[in-house]
Amino acid sequence: MLTRLANPARFMRLSGTVLPPLALATVVVLAIGLYLALFVAPPDYQQGESVRIMFVHVPAAWMALFAYLVVAVASAVALVWRHPLAEIAAQAAAPLGAAFTFVCLVSGSLWGKPMWGTWWAWDARMTSVLVLFFLYLGYMALVNAFDDMSRGARAGSVLALVGVVNLPIIKFSVDWWNTLHQADSVFRMGGPTIDPSMLWPLLIMGLGYLLLFKTLLLVRMRTALNEAKARALRLAAPQRLSTAPPLPEPEPVLR
Amino acid sequence: MSGFQHWAQMGGYAAFVWPAYAVALVVLGGIAAQSWRRYRASLRDLDRLQRPPRER
Repeated sequence: MLTRLANPARFMRLSGTVLPPLALATVVVLAIGLYLALFVAPPDYQQGESVRIMFVHVPAAWMALFAYLVVAVASAVALVWRHPLAEIAAQAAAPLGAAFTFVCLVSGSLWGKPMWGTWWAWDARMTSVLVLFFLYLGYMALVNAFDDMSRGARAGSVLALVGVVNLPIIKFSVDWWNTLHQADSVFRMGGPTIDPSMLWPLLIMGLGYLLLFKTLLLVRMRTALNEAKARALRLAAPQRLSTAPPLPEPEPVLR
Repeated sequence: MSGFQHWAQMGGYAAFVWPAYAVALVVLGGIAAQSWRRYRASLRDLDRLQRPPRER
């Protein structure tokens, strides 16, 4: 399956077919999720209506971790097997992961102020998610820091793999340390402890975020392949195809 | 107080709930719009490059 998709031409064909229904599903699921989150889910008996922040915060945290996993796995594949699509996938996923991480941090802060009485605490969960955000930014900066694109991609892949150590720290920070942040209530041993009336809106929002991630990942990968093809065409025929104005005639050399 | 006003006040947490949703909308909507615009631009560029030279 993966090796079949690894051919860029085949990827363009398949992703072109999948993209419209995927985008439609994203819009529909997010609309249902928002309706459930804002109108159907009950207020929490302790947190009141502020619990509705959870429906944009928790799925953003899931996607922040998932997108990093995509970046790391794609980076490993790029380093080991040199798949032509792997680096493109990693570079397409990183800005999306950074966006989800940012949403997670800001929405968490907006919930923390009324509930904990503080916008921010340097506890293990929050600090490790902030490190994740900087890992994304560092990866993106490093990839673009080289004139030679393949060197940038390779350096970025190594950084992405080193950063994987942060993922279990984020996941288990609430168990390993005494954090202000509460423990997991959905993906935990023994099943979710959250009430179904809130669990379902949360899971549907999570699915909506996942579909959004996949849609945008495909869009960004297709963009990168188009841009690579345009670069190749320009290199093949620089005189005819260049968008830049033609170079001026060289000055006659007087001697 | 109308039902809508009551709902919009979010039990007194409106100042925290709505900014949280707004940030999610602006950031995720923003990266979606940016991804789509760049995709369209890449298609236009490729289309122009692949047309025979006479038509350009």
